[in-house]
Amino acid sequence: MSEKKMLDDQHYEEMIQEESICINDNIVYEAPKSALYDTPMHYCPGCGHGVVHRLLAEVIEEMGILNDVIGVAPVGCSVLAYNYLNIDMSEAAHGRASAVATGIKRVLPEKLVFSYQGDGDLAAIGTGETIHTCNRGENILIIFINNGIYGMTGGQMAPTTLPDMKSTTSPFGRDVITMGAPLKMTDLVAQLPGTYYVTRQSVHKPTNVRKMKKAIQKSFEYQKQNKGTCFIEVVSNCPSNWKMTPVESNKWLEDNMLPYYPLGDLKTPDGK
Amino acid sequence: MAKVKGDIVIDIEKCKGCELCIAACPQGTLEKSKHVNQKGYLYIVKVEDNCTGCANCALVCPDAVITVYRQTSKAKQQVAKISNVTGDLTVTVKE
Repeated sequence: MSEKKMLDDQHYEEMIQEESICINDNIVYEAPKSALYDTPMHYCPGCGHGVVHRLLAEVIEEMGILNDVIGVAPVGCSVLAYNYLNIDMSEAAHGRASAVATGIKRVLPEKLVFSYQGDGDLAAIGTGETIHTCNRGENILIIFINNGIYGMTGGQMAPTTLPDMKSTTSPFGRDVITMGAPLKMTDLVAQLPGTYYVTRQSVHKPTNVRKMKKAIQKSFEYQKQNKGTCFIEVVSNCPSNWKMTPVESNKWLEDNMLPYYPLGDLKTPDGK
Repeated sequence: MAKVKGDIVIDIEKCKGCELCIAACPQGTLEKSKHVNQKGYLYIVKVEDNCTGCANCALVCPDAVITVYRQTSKAKQQVAKISNVTGDLTVTVKE
């Protein structure tokens, strides 16, 4: 203990003896202070949820809408999002986040409302709510984290599980003849007239993280202009249930998930 | 090409040691520590002095533990130098 402490002290002294550039003027990047609580998140190491939380907090801080945003988190890994985001949040029953968000938006139309859902939630139990919310064109933002599995309950097969992908309820791989093909929710809602901006992003590389942040920024701008539903799918990883290290899981995501769920905008205001 | 000098500070108690920053760093600045933090994770430490402050590590960090600094030209003129570690802090201004 004492030896370790001595080593640490020595290291620390060496560090501050050098000319330090760690001053406030030189900050290039720091974690959002006001919109994100300074608590460790409960997510597994390497999980994409943390990045999306941070990006949401960054956008909310930069746009200065800390008091105008209401989030809805349903059941899933994201159920404890209110512990990390310093904004008004509401819980919803499993799959019903977009319905609750609709209610909040209709009662408080001047607020910016978003729902934060996983794939088991949005694509399985909440398919009806999601499709009808998008069809009605409610002015909300739906963030859809797609990791191809039920993460919180222990890695069961979700509608978005890839063909031949192993999960605890499909131990021999997903058989598309008996279990159906993976559901592309984003392609589905892009066809509906109510949606205004539909995009698929990921957060596994720095460039993708930057694009994802822009997508959130755009969505809140569109919501301010009452344009319609904005839908962002985030192709994410689940290192624990995929039984991989975080770095391996990102590699697997790039090799297997992205060919099936190609990134990019599916519906933009200028029709491209 | 002028070398850009950067630095990072890692909040080791919040770090979960997922190594995504190591994979994202183009300079190979980061490595896993040999010690664990209070939560029992092998946290990430900066081992090389070649950081350019590109902020790739901070962008992919799921736990928002990394703060990135980059030396700006304005700051180059006024380098705050801490010469005495035990007590008084002396600040020298370089031209």
